[in-house]
Amino acid sequence: MGKFTEDDLKKDLETKEYEYGFYTDIESETFPIGLDESIVRAISKKKEEPEWMTQWRLEAFKIWQSMTEPEWANVHYQKPDFQNISYYSAPSKKPKYDSIDQVDPELLDTFRRLGISLDEQKKLAGVAVDIVIDSVSVATTFKDTLAKKGIIFCPISEAIREYPDLVKQYLGSVVPQKDNYYAALNSAVFSDGSFCYIPKGVRCPMELSTYFRINQAGTGQFERTLVIADQDSYVSYLEGCTAPSRDENQLHAAVVELIALDGAEIKYSTVQNWFPGDKNGKGGVYNFVTKRGLCETRAKISWTQVETGSAVTWKYPSCILKGDDSIGEFYSIAVTNNYQQADTGTKMIHIGKNTRSTIISKGISAGHSQNSYRGLVKIHARAQNARNFSQCDSLLMGNLCGAHTFPYIEVENKTAKIEHEATTSKIGEDQIFYCNQRGIETEKAIALIVNGFSKEVLNKLPMEFAVEAQKLLEISLEGSVG
Amino acid sequence: MLDIQNLHAGVDDKNILKGISLKVNAGEIHAIMGPNGAGKSTFASILAGKEEFQVTQGTMMFEGEDLSELSPEERAHKGVFLSFQYPVEIPGVTVTNFIKTAINQTRKAQGLEDMPAGEMLKQIKQVSEMLDIDRKFLSRSLNEGFSGGEKKRNEIFQMAMLAPKLAILDETDSGLDIDALRIVASGVNKLRSDQNAVIVITHYQRLLDHIVPDFVHVLMDGKIVKSGTKELAYELEEKGYDWIKEALK
Repeated sequence: MGKFTEDDLKKDLETKEYEYGFYTDIESETFPIGLDESIVRAISKKKEEPEWMTQWRLEAFKIWQSMTEPEWANVHYQKPDFQNISYYSAPSKKPKYDSIDQVDPELLDTFRRLGISLDEQKKLAGVAVDIVIDSVSVATTFKDTLAKKGIIFCPISEAIREYPDLVKQYLGSVVPQKDNYYAALNSAVFSDGSFCYIPKGVRCPMELSTYFRINQAGTGQFERTLVIADQDSYVSYLEGCTAPSRDENQLHAAVVELIALDGAEIKYSTVQNWFPGDKNGKGGVYNFVTKRGLCETRAKISWTQVETGSAVTWKYPSCILKGDDSIGEFYSIAVTNNYQQADTGTKMIHIGKNTRSTIISKGISAGHSQNSYRGLVKIHARAQNARNFSQCDSLLMGNLCGAHTFPYIEVENKTAKIEHEATTSKIGEDQIFYCNQRGIETEKAIALIVNGFSKEVLNKLPMEFAVEAQKLLEISLEGSVG
Repeated sequence: MLDIQNLHAGVDDKNILKGISLKVNAGEIHAIMGPNGAGKSTFASILAGKEEFQVTQGTMMFEGEDLSELSPEERAHKGVFLSFQYPVEIPGVTVTNFIKTAINQTRKAQGLEDMPAGEMLKQIKQVSEMLDIDRKFLSRSLNEGFSGGEKKRNEIFQMAMLAPKLAILDETDSGLDIDALRIVASGVNKLRSDQNAVIVITHYQRLLDHIVPDFVHVLMDGKIVKSGTKELAYELEEKGYDWIKEALK
């Protein structure tokens, strides 16, 4: 993987030089704090967007101004001051550190235990990397392979300029500007994100990962992702990184829209490991995300997520099963430790006939954390023979944490078949002692038990990701018993 | 190998073991028998290091080290194995994965590399054949939905894989039908050598027909009140425990 990184970075630097070559003060350019119409216009201008896009953002901004921040989630936090945030910061081309010795050793130790190569460690921590001139650039090969199949995979800002018809047609089609408070905010100010289009009948030959996308190694504060799978196509998309992301931005409000046209399949996997705050609950990222997919006839969308980071998480990757015979799946592991709070789950909206959905949610709570599953299964009147199976399991460690389940079921058609199973269990001293007696130390025993508990979901992740996610679970729960 | 002197132990303020002394040499099999509530399982748990029990007096020397100064996993790494009376379930963790983790953690503690996968598979195959264990069994979740007999067979499977110096079998015969008992016992017998030792804790003499002890001890009210050879087991089977109680008065 090291080679990818270096080539990526090399390209990265080259492109930036080119792109921003006319600006002299680029390194220090950050917008003043606060949000008003002029800031929205300025972001759009920075991104060299066409007028329709500027208007779309302004519309969203107006809507956002008329909305109030929602309070129904089972989380408690100090509300962000939206006038105290800077909404645009030019990517700095200057590395944060000159050498790896300057990086927080604790962070490096975590990288090492996650099995991340030294080059990647440097990149993730923002260390200058020596640019090695390699005979064949893997990144280029990667791009070529995709281009031959007609697959578009690029930053969303590039797509707005290069593929306006596709963006115009689909942006906001699944998550409209007015969908919710944070979606409206995102629509007005997003500055980062990915765009992906898979043409008719094409099976994307590799897993698409933001990791490979030039210019987009870091995660933006307001990310916007749009994935379109045309008829009978297939794509597997990986988002995030197991490496801990230390970010100065406290508020993250991303929007992800997936469109699976007739017979298409999208598999979207996420590993989220943002800074959860310290042991006393200080600091940490607020992660308020809207993720939704639309399935046309015979289409399938599968969300798999492993959530271990953030101080407060508010996230419900959902499927609108509009087409007949379409399928929605949601597999989730959410880990909370110390003072983390997570309110996460899914919505399965059955509109078409013979639509099917599966929900497997595994919540693991430790420390003083609170972990809630919130899910909606809705069967519309014309959704003949819709089926849903939901399973929500909670695992508790210690006596100070909480696990909550809020399942909502709304059925308007008598032919629906819905099953809901829920369990709550606690890691027992007897289980730990049993493992100890076999020579397995307590930390490892917990990891073993947690991995066993999460297995059904881990199995849904692409192989490499699954191995990393397993290690991540282990690290996230370190020191939680003891 | 094991030298226990005047061991007193209990939970909270309650004394359960009230002065046990026992010497076990390599190559020996000792049976510990006794009525319900005599402290047999507590004795096994204390040897393995279960936290809720405190040793208040006496020593447990194992190969020159006092066990009470070692954590449960350290005792395991030195070669102490307890076959549990009630093995716990660990959902989602397969029998194979569990034993692999146990072996490699033990090897790590001993400064060894992980066991190569080929070697591991070979051993698993050998042992499961010896204990008449079906391959499907190995990919099931540990003890989840196992019958009583399957749980005990799984304990002996782990014992055979870990090859401990001292194996403590706590009521391994309970829940076993006669065929399973024979398989489990023959497994234990095959693993016997002059390098290792076994402590068999049981209510009944029937297991001792298959695993023949060198010594039999009667545990009553936290003390070993009588020791003898395997003939003592037959006597207990025939007469029960009351006559010993009477004799003690």
